[in-house]
Amino acid sequence: MMAIFGALVVWGAGWYLNIRLANGSHSNNPFVKALIPAIFGITLILVWELLVWAFDINPVILPAPSSIGARLMVEGPRLWADFQQTIIKGAMTGYILGGLAAFGVAILADRSDFLTRGILPVGGFMAALPIVGTAPIFVKWLGSDWESKAAVVAVMVFFPILVNTVAGLKDTSAMQRDLMRTYGAGYWPTLFKLRLPAAMPFIFNGLKIATTLALIGAIVAEFFGSPTVGMGFRISTSFGQLALDMVWAEIVVAALAGSGFYGAMTLIEKRVTFWHPSQR
Amino acid sequence: MKSVLPILTVIAAILLFWVVSVVPMNMHLVADQAQRDALVVTPDTPAARQDYSGTGLALRNPHLIPLTYTFVRPRLPSPHQVAGEMYKTIFGQKITSKRSLVFHGWVTLAPTLLGFLIGTTLGILLAVGIVYSRVMDLSVMPWAIVSQTIPILALAPMVIVVLGSMGVQGLIPKSIIAAYLSFFPVVVGMVKGLRGPDSMQLDLLRTYSASKSQGFWALRLPASAPYLFASLKIGISASLVGTIVAELPTGARAGFGARMLVGDQYGQPLVSWAALFAAAITAAALVGAFSVIERITLKRMGMNAS
Repeated sequence: MMAIFGALVVWGAGWYLNIRLANGSHSNNPFVKALIPAIFGITLILVWELLVWAFDINPVILPAPSSIGARLMVEGPRLWADFQQTIIKGAMTGYILGGLAAFGVAILADRSDFLTRGILPVGGFMAALPIVGTAPIFVKWLGSDWESKAAVVAVMVFFPILVNTVAGLKDTSAMQRDLMRTYGAGYWPTLFKLRLPAAMPFIFNGLKIATTLALIGAIVAEFFGSPTVGMGFRISTSFGQLALDMVWAEIVVAALAGSGFYGAMTLIEKRVTFWHPSQR
Repeated sequence: MKSVLPILTVIAAILLFWVVSVVPMNMHLVADQAQRDALVVTPDTPAARQDYSGTGLALRNPHLIPLTYTFVRPRLPSPHQVAGEMYKTIFGQKITSKRSLVFHGWVTLAPTLLGFLIGTTLGILLAVGIVYSRVMDLSVMPWAIVSQTIPILALAPMVIVVLGSMGVQGLIPKSIIAAYLSFFPVVVGMVKGLRGPDSMQLDLLRTYSASKSQGFWALRLPASAPYLFASLKIGISASLVGTIVAELPTGARAGFGARMLVGDQYGQPLVSWAALFAAAITAAALVGAFSVIERITLKRMGMNAS
């Protein structure tokens, strides 16, 4: 009973603090802007912890944040090995391969309007092939190690990057292209000096969407066969052993990896497209 | 309409590549089978055949090439096998039969649509809250964006089992996954859309002394329509994939996801491939339907649908 009451108090206090901060005079201060979502997150975690205590929830259904935290501390080396297998070997390799392939096809398709109009709808259909169906096929073809995961990831990230690159390459005005022509620039100088830089905001949009897809692909593909290491493998076996706190620990790692990956792409984007209005 | 020819060309190119790949992909399996059927195969032991690539083996045994296209358990089925299996299971069965893909399609589609409806409604409500309340904007919005970078789809099977152990079964658990996946694209898109009107337009409404709710119905909501449709198209395909992933764990006996799993585990690749393509066609049809609705709606609202 005390814990339920405590949860209500924490929830109320968190909201009260946030309302005061958000409507206060410093609400445009960047520190306060980071503080408010942090308070909201901490409030949620505290309420979760207290409610798990209050209702004595079976850890097989929902473990308390504290036991997940304990797992994260204890299982560090194993989580690190899973992270390397799934994220570095599987997701990253696939992401780079898929990205390069999409980039190449986009530049090829861009040379002919005919190809563009053919590739985009067909690509859209291919992107709709659900991963649950493609993953077992790739595992059967390429074996259960990271190569098949990289292939699944490459297929998943291919289309968003392709569509965005094609859209980006079209994003120059006739005036800009005419200017390049008056300089006597041919196809390649125009591509490298005008159209690719102009396409960068679009390309990065595709790359950012693809980060999440890459992680999903690498993890889900491991459900269909993997060596005895990897985040997807660990999630499914820990779940089988009813070690839900380990499952959640992997989820925390996946969430951190996902946000970190996305954040890294955003940072690179800022460096590359510093000239774009949205970055200034 | 002028896209028809390019699309057909690309499809033809893919089909050609597919048909050519069937031979090397299946050659080893076909050669093993042919030997059991007492046909002449060179080289004549499976171990010796492992030294050859699929293409090399095909060149040595040209008489086996036709067999690769009709093999029962291929690594890569040929297009006509997949098409035949789809035709057989879509049109050749009563739609109430467990062998009918239409039956399995509906099992997947119903929770998708229900979840999509729930997710979209909640998403729009949260977006309105975020646009009108600074506290919600500052505290919830960053989490809504971060949550999109989390590979939540990977957890769908666990969520289903946990919900199942709590006694929630049937349509609802799958709908929850579908709702979750369509929720955040709608929130993020609608917040962008509802914030779309610039200060000039907002000022105009203020000179009319329009109330907050009038401003919402007359300006913000219509202005958000293009963003809403963009989000709906992302959301519906995410919902469908989510439902299919959610069908993976033990409980699912029907649905596209269960079909793919059954085909994979019981060595019936044709079943998997047919379900795979049927799911993609369903997703494409749903997205296509929203594109049509989008075009009609935006036209009637006097906007240019792109």
